[in-house]
Amino acid sequence: MDSKGMADAIPRLGALDHLGLAARAHGEKGAAGVRLAERRFLAKLNLRGDPNDHGFMGAVASVLDGFEPRIIPNTAVHTGRFDLLWLGPDEWLVVAADGAEAELEARLTAAVAPHGGTVTDVSESRTTIVVSGPNARDVLAKGCPLDLHPRAFAAGACAQSLVAKVGVILHRTDTAAPGEPARFELHALRSFADYLWRFLDDAGQEYGVTVMEG
Amino acid sequence: MLLIACPWCGPRAELEFRCGGQGHLTRLTDAMEVSDAEFARYLYMRDNPKGWHYERWNHVNGCRRWFNAVRHTVTHEFHATYKPGEPKPDLPRS
Amino acid sequence: MSNGELRLPTGGRIDRAQPLRFIFDGAGYSGYAGDTLASALLANGVRLVGRSFKYHRPRGILSAGAEEPNALVELGNGARREPNLRATQIELHDGLVASSQNRWPSLDLDIGAINNLASRLLPSGFYYKTFMWPPSFWHFYEHFIRRAAGMGRAATEPDPDRYDHRYEHCDVLVVGAGPAGIAAALAAGRSGARVVLCDEQQEMGGDLLASMALIDGAPAADWVARALGELGALPEVRLLPRATAFGYYDHNAVAIVERVADHLARPGPGLPRQCVWHVRARRVVLATGAIERPLVFRDNDRPGVMLANAARVYLRRYAVACGRRAVLFTNNDAAYGAALDLRAGGMDIAAIVDLRADPKGQRTEAARAQGLRVLAGRAVIGVQGSKAVSGVEVARLQDDASAAILDREQIACDTVLMSGGWTPTIHLFSQSGGKLRFDTETAAFVPDRATQALRSAGACNGATRLSDCLAQGAAAGAAAAQDAGFAAAAPPLPELDPDLDEAPMRHLWVVPSDAPVGHKGKHFVDFQNDVTAADIRLASREGYRSVEHLKRYTTTGMGTDQGKTSNVAALAILAEATNASIPQVGTTTFRPPYTPVTMGALTGRTVGPLLEPARWTPIHRWHVRTGAVFENTGQWQRARYYPMAGEDMHAAVEREVRAARNLVGLFDASTLGKIDVKGPDSARFLDLVYTNSWSKLAIGRSRYGLMLRDDGYIYDDGVTTRLGPEHFLVSTTSGNAAPVLSFMEDLLQTEWPHLKVRLTSVTEQFAVVTLSGPMARRLLAELTRDIDLSPQAFPFMTLRAGTVAGIPVRVFRVSFTGDLSFEIQARASHGLALWHACLAVGEKYGITPYGLEAMHVLRAEKGYIIVGQETDGTATPDDLGMGAMVAHAKPDFIGKRGLKRAELLRPERKQLVGLRLADGEHKPLPEGAHLVNDPGLPPPMPMLGHVTSSYYSPTVGAPIALAMIKNGRARMGEELYAPLPDRVVRARVVAPCFFDPEGKRLHG
Ligand SMILES: [Zn+2]
Repeated sequence: MDSKGMADAIPRLGALDHLGLAARAHGEKGAAGVRLAERRFLAKLNLRGDPNDHGFMGAVASVLDGFEPRIIPNTAVHTGRFDLLWLGPDEWLVVAADGAEAELEARLTAAVAPHGGTVTDVSESRTTIVVSGPNARDVLAKGCPLDLHPRAFAAGACAQSLVAKVGVILHRTDTAAPGEPARFELHALRSFADYLWRFLDDAGQEYGVTVMEG
Repeated sequence: MLLIACPWCGPRAELEFRCGGQGHLTRLTDAMEVSDAEFARYLYMRDNPKGWHYERWNHVNGCRRWFNAVRHTVTHEFHATYKPGEPKPDLPRS
Repeated sequence: MSNGELRLPTGGRIDRAQPLRFIFDGAGYSGYAGDTLASALLANGVRLVGRSFKYHRPRGILSAGAEEPNALVELGNGARREPNLRATQIELHDGLVASSQNRWPSLDLDIGAINNLASRLLPSGFYYKTFMWPPSFWHFYEHFIRRAAGMGRAATEPDPDRYDHRYEHCDVLVVGAGPAGIAAALAAGRSGARVVLCDEQQEMGGDLLASMALIDGAPAADWVARALGELGALPEVRLLPRATAFGYYDHNAVAIVERVADHLARPGPGLPRQCVWHVRARRVVLATGAIERPLVFRDNDRPGVMLANAARVYLRRYAVACGRRAVLFTNNDAAYGAALDLRAGGMDIAAIVDLRADPKGQRTEAARAQGLRVLAGRAVIGVQGSKAVSGVEVARLQDDASAAILDREQIACDTVLMSGGWTPTIHLFSQSGGKLRFDTETAAFVPDRATQALRSAGACNGATRLSDCLAQGAAAGAAAAQDAGFAAAAPPLPELDPDLDEAPMRHLWVVPSDAPVGHKGKHFVDFQNDVTAADIRLASREGYRSVEHLKRYTTTGMGTDQGKTSNVAALAILAEATNASIPQVGTTTFRPPYTPVTMGALTGRTVGPLLEPARWTPIHRWHVRTGAVFENTGQWQRARYYPMAGEDMHAAVEREVRAARNLVGLFDASTLGKIDVKGPDSARFLDLVYTNSWSKLAIGRSRYGLMLRDDGYIYDDGVTTRLGPEHFLVSTTSGNAAPVLSFMEDLLQTEWPHLKVRLTSVTEQFAVVTLSGPMARRLLAELTRDIDLSPQAFPFMTLRAGTVAGIPVRVFRVSFTGDLSFEIQARASHGLALWHACLAVGEKYGITPYGLEAMHVLRAEKGYIIVGQETDGTATPDDLGMGAMVAHAKPDFIGKRGLKRAELLRPERKQLVGLRLADGEHKPLPEGAHLVNDPGLPPPMPMLGHVTSSYYSPTVGAPIALAMIKNGRARMGEELYAPLPDRVVRARVVAPCFFDPEGKRLHG
């Protein structure tokens, strides 16, 4: 499955390609309160291991720019190249650039396997919808029961929940700098992506929706 | 809609969870030795109290973990939620 | 009265610079921005606004708020027509169209009013008594009763508006923005807590907007404006006007419906009409106010009879005099305040009729001092006028209050303002599970013990004085914020007018007149449901002594107002009739919603294309473009068949099946559940959850597995492949993927935490394309160079990795059709490319995409089961002829003990068999059809089993069926019968396999 060189020529179909988002994408942000974008084909690895095992934590850090997985639930770290999201007491999601999955899976597996860790490539399982803008929280509140207020969901927080009945992994990726609007990445199962996008697009109409480059 | 405190994720909306029925039932280790009647009791007979109830929940649309809870079946108050393997808390008086 | 006559030249909170036009019952009127429909109608002298439910009596506006029982109107027309809206809560906008209800042919001339003349024939329980027999006639009666009773007409067209839902979280939710609510929000909001303040009215302030009180030396409305200004500037405070908290649910979940655009003549694009807020609050402060009670006197329902405080609200807020000359009828002091306010506003107060013999309070003294005529110890014993009040008759009460016949006096007036005290609005408190206490002095239920994290403040808590409302609100708001972790303090009270001493009320629940109650007129208790005091007494005499029975029998407290103005009086009258106290009689339970909520708002945006999440496979768009007919299986949208021009389903499926059997078919199997199993104990774990053994399965080999529940019955099935020493790929049925994962996680996390196994769903990581049929190998050979497809190199139930059309894949030699099959797994994003490559190369082999329906036929021909179709939750492996798949020697597996239960070992259990129909039967049996030995017996005849799958088989050239039949395997060759509604079909029991029983094709 890893013969990546050969596969490069094969056309890949993203979960939302039928919407023609690239053609609709705006460079400038405009007056819209909600900005939607898709980040296609991000590498995503499901990482499992024992957080009480220093060997395992160190092995992860040795591959992920020196960062250990978070043990505080519902938080993420950004290493510069990778996002490392807490999913459960022994489970994390590693997010990296498109195409990084094969090599990263191999390196991580080699590092954590001696410590009982496992790595599973789930890059294709989910696509990533980015919701940002001054009304990002408002539009998400229309479908998500989580409290996304900055006091409850700080920059760097992540959670698994539902948006419009669709299971998603939410990750707040803005830095809470003054004037910086909220930005959320929603890693949603590929099969639901069309429904979720249409829901967000519809729910955002009251604030205006702009499609952005991913 | 209930607010349920996942022992890992904290308070979350009920729709992220699925109730797994009565808690602290252990799978019979001597199942092959027990009578049909005894096995049927294990399989089918459950407490149905009007009041505090030990039960299991799964944070199915969250961290996917199973955990235990003590919930009041009339008021829906949660006395405690706790991880599997943690001791069974005492019931409140009321 | 002509238009605008009753609008005062100055005052009120309306915007006279913004005149608005509106239409009521076809006639044009004008009002102002800030008006409600009710205030605008009153300003235009429109008194008659509806007909009552049962007797079709003319009715006018009773109140100024949510409690309105009479002034129900239909709003809008066409698709936007909405019935049963309270005119008192409809915010006027330009172009508003409304009409009255319950009248035919017109409000003024109403044929149904004959019911009033015949009212002796319509006592309580009339409908039950008259239309009960025979029971089968009820639906016939109901049609006419409903039309005669009438509760407005719903629109029949699809709703063109959009509705919204949103979740909200806060530290303190304050419901009601009167004095207590605003004080609470200020106290909480200043601490930095996240506060939501909601109020059902268009303008916040509650009673203060109509009050003549001074706060800090300025009009109360100024204090409101200052407070709202401050709250609006606090970043963590959200103000929600036009928002009714209608439901209080568990754990401080409160549902609020906000009327976002109802008041806008031209709503902005994308704006929802209404939005339901699902608020989760750490603490709640209920400041929901109180509702004035009517008095129950003869003909108290005539248009022009209103609640006293409502008249004050219309005057002060909307600059509308409800009439020119009013008689006040009261049992308490508060009405005196209203009388003074109304006189100050220019209304003529003809008299204050007070049920109390000698009322002595500071307010009553003030009224007397200002020259108001007070008639103490007297009662209004009748109202003159039918479509509008023209006067009242007043008489002195006898000492025992049994009658009022002395000193009779006629007083001319056009308005009767009544005040029977106040009922705290405890609906939300009661919904929250809070316990109520009866306060004898005010004859009202008040909050006692809360069971959720809430506090009540102000009039809903029984407070009557402004100072108490403000103080309770501030204290509750501060305490709520403190509970939520904020350093809050109750602000000091503003400077207020001194509190006035009040004389006690007199509770006279049915005001006597010169004739027994029920004669010469009607004493209405529940205006909306036309329930009178006589009805309640009759019901009591007939034995309806529980309030719940009373409610259902008389319909009191039902309808759109749920008895907001009538419940206490109804209880009190029942209590008197049964010689019990009011708390002994009890109160009814309040349930959501507080006021009616539109179905649109409850539905929100889950309509049309957003009704339900739909799951698409990576190849979905191709199915759509090809014109596939889809079938929803769970949330997945799957191609059922691909009709070609002129084909019906039968023809398309037959073509697809023939192609897959004779040439090669192409199937999108991506929905199949896939679970990645890793870890040193993986094989041990699979041994425990499946009936068969996995430890010895070689790497690169697949095996079909059966999963049971503890009870021994089949739960799921699927093929599992060993990818490495500690790595398996489990497949589950499409619909069961998530439950099976949850089931397995449950066992790992709680039952066998010592097992080192990790499960990850990879269902969506891969697209799965199946090539099936005799040409499959030749086709695939053209697409791959690195996989040896020969049967020797790549036998049945093995796996090879490589490339197909340059795409990295795993190829599984498994089959669900009974034919030579290759299941090709590629990354999801490569799925469509793989599909296209197969189609392109396959053209010369006659490749044909087949859908779910053809797949079902193909597998049924081979006798492969589908969990949920052949199984019904009570089928064992042996029932399905798969007893050999159970490795009884294993020390343990889920279901092992269950399989040994007597019931599961019972002879005569139903077993899977095939059925062939008698010659000449071309139609398949219906699935679910029962099979019997002797169709000549009278029903119910002994049943042998039922059909689980049934199709026309193109391969066999005849209908086939799978069935579960008692002792089926011993009945091979027996003739059974399926008695159908139109015929009896003869069927022969055969082995459950109609195609290639030796498996030559499968292994070929
Ligand atoms: Zn959790």
